[in-house]
Amino acid sequence: MSPEPVALNTQSIVEVERLNLHYGASQALKDISLSVRRNQVTAFIGPSGCGKSTLLRCLNRMNDLIDTVVISGSIKLEGQEITGNQTDVISLRRRVGMVFQQSNPFPKSIYENIVYGLRIAGVNDKPVLDETVEKCLKGAAIWDEVKDRLHESALGLSGGQAQRICIARAIATNPEVILMDEPCSALDPLSTLKIEELIDELKERYTIVIVTHNMQQAARVSDATAFFYLGELIEMGETKKIFTNPEKRQTEDYITGRFG
Amino acid sequence: MPVNNYWKRGEPMVLAAGATLAVILIMTLTLMAVILGNSLGYFWVKGLVRYKLTDGSYTMGQHTATERHALTDVKRLQLKVGNRDLYAQDFRWVDYSEIAEQDHPKDAYLLERNEHGNFFGFLKELKGLDGAPVNADYANLTRLHREVLAKRDGLQAIKDEMSSLNQSSERLRLKIQKLEYRGAEANGVAIAALNEQRATLTATFDRLNEQLNQRQTELAVTAAVFSDAAGTTKELPLLEIVRFYQPNQMSVLAKSGAYLTKIRELLFDDPRESNTEGGLFPAIFGTVMMVLLMSVFSLPFGVIAAIYLREYAKEGTLVQLVRIAVNNLAGVPSIVYGVFGLGFFVYGIGGSLDKLFFPERLPTPVFGTGGILWASLTLALLTVPVVIVATEESLASIPKGIREGSLALGATKFQTLTRVLLPMATPGIMTGLVLSMARAVGEVAPLMLVGVVKLAPTLPLDGQFPFFHMDRKFMHLGFHIFDVGFQSPNVEAAKPMVYVTTLLLLLIVVAASGLAIRFRNQMRRKYTTSHF
Repeated sequence: MSPEPVALNTQSIVEVERLNLHYGASQALKDISLSVRRNQVTAFIGPSGCGKSTLLRCLNRMNDLIDTVVISGSIKLEGQEITGNQTDVISLRRRVGMVFQQSNPFPKSIYENIVYGLRIAGVNDKPVLDETVEKCLKGAAIWDEVKDRLHESALGLSGGQAQRICIARAIATNPEVILMDEPCSALDPLSTLKIEELIDELKERYTIVIVTHNMQQAARVSDATAFFYLGELIEMGETKKIFTNPEKRQTEDYITGRFG
Repeated sequence: MPVNNYWKRGEPMVLAAGATLAVILIMTLTLMAVILGNSLGYFWVKGLVRYKLTDGSYTMGQHTATERHALTDVKRLQLKVGNRDLYAQDFRWVDYSEIAEQDHPKDAYLLERNEHGNFFGFLKELKGLDGAPVNADYANLTRLHREVLAKRDGLQAIKDEMSSLNQSSERLRLKIQKLEYRGAEANGVAIAALNEQRATLTATFDRLNEQLNQRQTELAVTAAVFSDAAGTTKELPLLEIVRFYQPNQMSVLAKSGAYLTKIRELLFDDPRESNTEGGLFPAIFGTVMMVLLMSVFSLPFGVIAAIYLREYAKEGTLVQLVRIAVNNLAGVPSIVYGVFGLGFFVYGIGGSLDKLFFPERLPTPVFGTGGILWASLTLALLTVPVVIVATEESLASIPKGIREGSLALGATKFQTLTRVLLPMATPGIMTGLVLSMARAVGEVAPLMLVGVVKLAPTLPLDGQFPFFHMDRKFMHLGFHIFDVGFQSPNVEAAKPMVYVTTLLLLLIVVAASGLAIRFRNQMRRKYTTSHF
């Protein structure tokens, strides 16, 4: 299932090195180093409050929204440093899309939701927008369900549909990496299955980092898994290995459900 | 332990809550009933009753009230006897014991006049268009009255011309004043030329005025002689009569027609008789325009201030202080705003504007006196906290996910604000606007200092260049209530008008809020997340 291990440097797209993050006085991430490989699904697992979402939000600088955050260390996207003040956050976020735990369609039509990223970038050419909408909705496997009501409000969709609209919206800006923060935690099993299938398809073109509480989901969809505990990266490796033969005792305990 | 349970279940609290609500409802409904009962009946043409008193005298009028005298406990009735020019009073009390006979004379007339209030009496003589006597009957009176009014309307053209001449002359006067201010000698030639122009205008004006007076005198020849119940006669030019009825002969249908005519007069005509009769159009217009103008100022200012406070300002002591100050502004007595408006807007800004742009007209102020602009600004100041608080709250209530969703797509803070947050906050902002408008419509105290008057000769918006006269004083329904109810020479006669004005004011508030609420609900439907 997962590809043969290859040297990290050629395949990795995101490199995190010695990353420390503080919320005011409390430290949320401790000395994290890891790399995310291109066109793979990387899962972050761990108990609540272990810092996995915080790390995810570092990758597209969503932590900037919180005033008290202090970051040290380095994160490189395609070899380019993204933690510094000089980073163009707007273009970074175009390259690193994000899907949230709660689906958050804007109170606009489905069509306008998808083209939002393009419109704010100044693209208003109708043929381009039309083409993007069709391409992205097909890419998010929801085209058939909504093609007849593109101009109706996206707020009328079911939770699973809304989440796929959000995925379509994220891929409309043509990002390199898509971050997913527990994308299925508010969905029913059927919608979850659809999203998981979608993730499998998407990784052919995008690199995906997914935070999940659902161990089975991590095992099903990811190629690599990182286990976090209390702000530290305990273990990272191929999913198969982590789930069958973890090196660390803590990982094994968590996966087998003995704590967490 | 049933008692314990009873308290635990919170039954008394529920009862108390229900009782409180009921009291509030009853008070509101009573108020509405009083206003509606007193105002809706005002325009219904009441029949005239003639009383023969025990001393042999006659009196006639509309029965308005019955009561027992507080000291003597004698039952008596209140009559509106009208004919103020004859009796000097509109109302009279008659003891029941004094009444010998009463009847409803079919041929009694009710006249609404331009001056001295209503006349109740009988038609005795009638003079035709040439002043010669004609048969005194209802048909002739109707015909002559219609003809006289048509001729009077024909004079409107002359009046319009005079008014426009007057305006041109005034403009010339101001021009001359300006030139004189800049130097009478240097501009001597120009001034002389303008003076000549003005003299021509004045001559034309005088000629027209003479013509108008002559025509009016001619029209005044057509008159009717009426006598009151006691037999005193009075000659009235038909020009003076607004309309007339024979109330004791009118069918319900005819009375309904008269009712509608009077409602139309109320909504679209100018007031008469120091505001106690006639229409309220200038006051309605002034109120609506002032509130709209206020919204134009307070809405953008309030929204922008709230956006800064909520989205851009760094949370800290200063922002907290500003927020507390804004919230407390709503508690400042409104008269204080009036005083501030007078000092800051009228004397400060208005006075400076006059010094800068109209120095030649001083000491006569242009902007340095109350006007609709200053009144609107003062009220905007008064209501802007409401808009700020409402906007802040609706911005704060937008889910965090929506903000993050937009930012994660590469939107800037500003794009997120204008494309997603503000549209979503619109229903809340509209609520704030409704509240602020309702508050502004009801304010009277500050307006009295910054531009409301009892009677404004011109509207703040008309066909004369520059159409929008922001410096003009205006009339306002709220002030109208105060003025008619407490400052008018004939308070008893004005009482119904107070209720009518109150009703109109309430209707305007309801209409404005209704529109805004409708709009808000539409927005809310559009921007509310459905649940899955």
